[in-house]
Amino acid sequence: MSEGTLYDKVWDRHTVTRLPTGQDQLFVGLHLVHEVTSPQAFGMLKERGQEVAFPERTHATVDHIVPTGNRDRPYRDDAAESMMAELEENVRGSGIDFSDPDSGNQGIVHVIGPEQGLTQPGMTIVCGDSHTSTHGAFGALAFGIGTSQIRDVLATGCVAMEKQKVRKIEVTGELGEGVTAKDIILTIIGKLGTDGGVGYVYEYAGEAIEDLGMEGRMSICNMSIEGGARAGYVNPDETTYEWLQETDAFENDPEEFERLKPYWESIRTDDDAEYDDVVTIDGSAIEPTVTWGTTPGQTAGITEPIPDPDDLPEEDRDTARRAQKHMRVEPGDTMEGYDIDVAFLGSCTNARLKDLREAAAFVEGREVDDDVRAMVVPGSQRVRDAAEAEGLDEVFKQAGFDWREPGCSMCLGMNDDQLEGDEASASSSNRNFVGRQGSKDGRTVLMSPIMVAAAAVTGKVTDVREMEEVATV
Amino acid sequence: MSSPEFSAGEAPAEKVTEVSGTGIPVRGNDIDTDQIIPARFMKVVTFDGLGQFSFFDQRFDDDDNEKDHPFNEEQYRGANVLVVNANFGCGSSREHAPQALMRWGIDAVVGESFAEIFAGNCLALGVPTVTADQDDIEALQDYVEANPDAEVDIDVAAETITYGDTVIDAEVHDAQRKALVEGVWDTTALMGANEGAVRETARSLPYVPDEHVSGDEA
Repeated sequence: MSEGTLYDKVWDRHTVTRLPTGQDQLFVGLHLVHEVTSPQAFGMLKERGQEVAFPERTHATVDHIVPTGNRDRPYRDDAAESMMAELEENVRGSGIDFSDPDSGNQGIVHVIGPEQGLTQPGMTIVCGDSHTSTHGAFGALAFGIGTSQIRDVLATGCVAMEKQKVRKIEVTGELGEGVTAKDIILTIIGKLGTDGGVGYVYEYAGEAIEDLGMEGRMSICNMSIEGGARAGYVNPDETTYEWLQETDAFENDPEEFERLKPYWESIRTDDDAEYDDVVTIDGSAIEPTVTWGTTPGQTAGITEPIPDPDDLPEEDRDTARRAQKHMRVEPGDTMEGYDIDVAFLGSCTNARLKDLREAAAFVEGREVDDDVRAMVVPGSQRVRDAAEAEGLDEVFKQAGFDWREPGCSMCLGMNDDQLEGDEASASSSNRNFVGRQGSKDGRTVLMSPIMVAAAAVTGKVTDVREMEEVATV
Repeated sequence: MSSPEFSAGEAPAEKVTEVSGTGIPVRGNDIDTDQIIPARFMKVVTFDGLGQFSFFDQRFDDDDNEKDHPFNEEQYRGANVLVVNANFGCGSSREHAPQALMRWGIDAVVGESFAEIFAGNCLALGVPTVTADQDDIEALQDYVEANPDAEVDIDVAAETITYGDTVIDAEVHDAQRKALVEGVWDTTALMGANEGAVRETARSLPYVPDEHVSGDEA
């Protein structure tokens, strides 16, 4: 078993007791709530005559179904309107803060937590969404839960869990030009598989991780679950603290920042910590990476050939054959040149200000290909406002992108933003499952924001390094 | 605002020591939650009626014609033991996935391996996720296909699966087995009993202000 890792320390600090099942009862420091997975939990609570136990440790927003175009109420989609109304009803008078669209703070739950400073090191954070692992970028222990567990947290402020193993993933070296955090995590999942992390929490470390800003760390932790790991984290450091100092929580309260800092320092992984497993990846060898199939583990570097299913481990062959048929790709080819119809820049993985800046810097002076429908969906209202203040919206619009309101949007196609028919999408999101983006014949190629920008311009999957003036921000 | 007292809401969990019934095989590794229930069917505020949408896009084409899928086949109507392969339920945390399967009629899922959140969500519903070796699972899938009316018995406590003359050594994760067999899988009730200790833990955390914790005066 691991010892002395951040995971061990945060787990211990939050353990209430050992349950008769052998699970530990963990106190939840921050419970994030959205409209899709919470209504049934609030319903169960009411059925049992219970109240929200720790409303001040709970924060709600709306992201999954919210329209990214016309947001006049009632929403044109009745189902979306009823979910929104249900959430409003559930939080009203409960003491739960609600970042609703009128507040100017609405956004994807994994974007607003970090930007408001709700997300802090050494916390336990849960949400009814598997990408809650995002918050691990701050050195929090953060994971997705199901609706019955949401009921648990609402009613008791706790979750029942078993402690997992810890795998350190050390990414060494410096990233090459045009290579981003997204490429690191796609590479990791490609190497370790979509179930390689089951039973593990991932600690991301090494020079390439330390060099990343918070946005990049969030992109990596976000996709831990795509590798089967329910949680992933990065130890807090000066980069983390600089971000925190600019958030609502601390910008006007330096004393509180100084008061909490020793706690944050104390939960960092010890130098002599023991791990259950260690994996080392050469960051300098990573190239812009994309998916060729229908799981986030079916990845290849942009110059690498798509594998022959017969060369894969036996258990992966059938999935690979089906994926290649769905995507209409051939072993031996590279993904470079794969025609795309849609470019989607958004999602909890990659819709933060830095992502938009990088993509905009590339797009400036270029035009979206005539055959491509391209859209930018900022991660939150604050991201949108900040981007507009810098003129990024104009850059995107002039290039031919649609500039939309914040939400999950085409990552999972629960609102009007969906693929149609067999459209192929260059997407900065996190899942390329069949049907994920709203059309069961749709085809998704996952990649970094800057690669999405390049694909939008050329109309095909493109090695951004081969385009002129690769921008770095 | 002080936190309210945890009220004594109770919904005692039933003991789930065994599940018996006919089987239904759904083959393939990495069957994700978007396949089990596409996101568009999650625009609901209750889980009622989700059963009919299980594997919807695998079962129907664009014109709503039935495609080949076990969940469409007459011979498996009434089956309650789902037999799957590796990494079943990967992807999102949506409890809608096991809810849909349960409401379709599934009482237990047997497979080579499960994604963690999916297995946890099943447990919260009292649905065991039982694992066995690849060869044993494939043999069971073949058997169920050939004998759709034959009974499959899962003994959760003894960790075995019995069909025909065959007994498979299976595995039910320790905590899950204990929770099901002893009927302590309703974690809300279980954890609600420890209110004092919860508040003590919360108070010990430097980032939790006292006024978020104290429920004493409530």
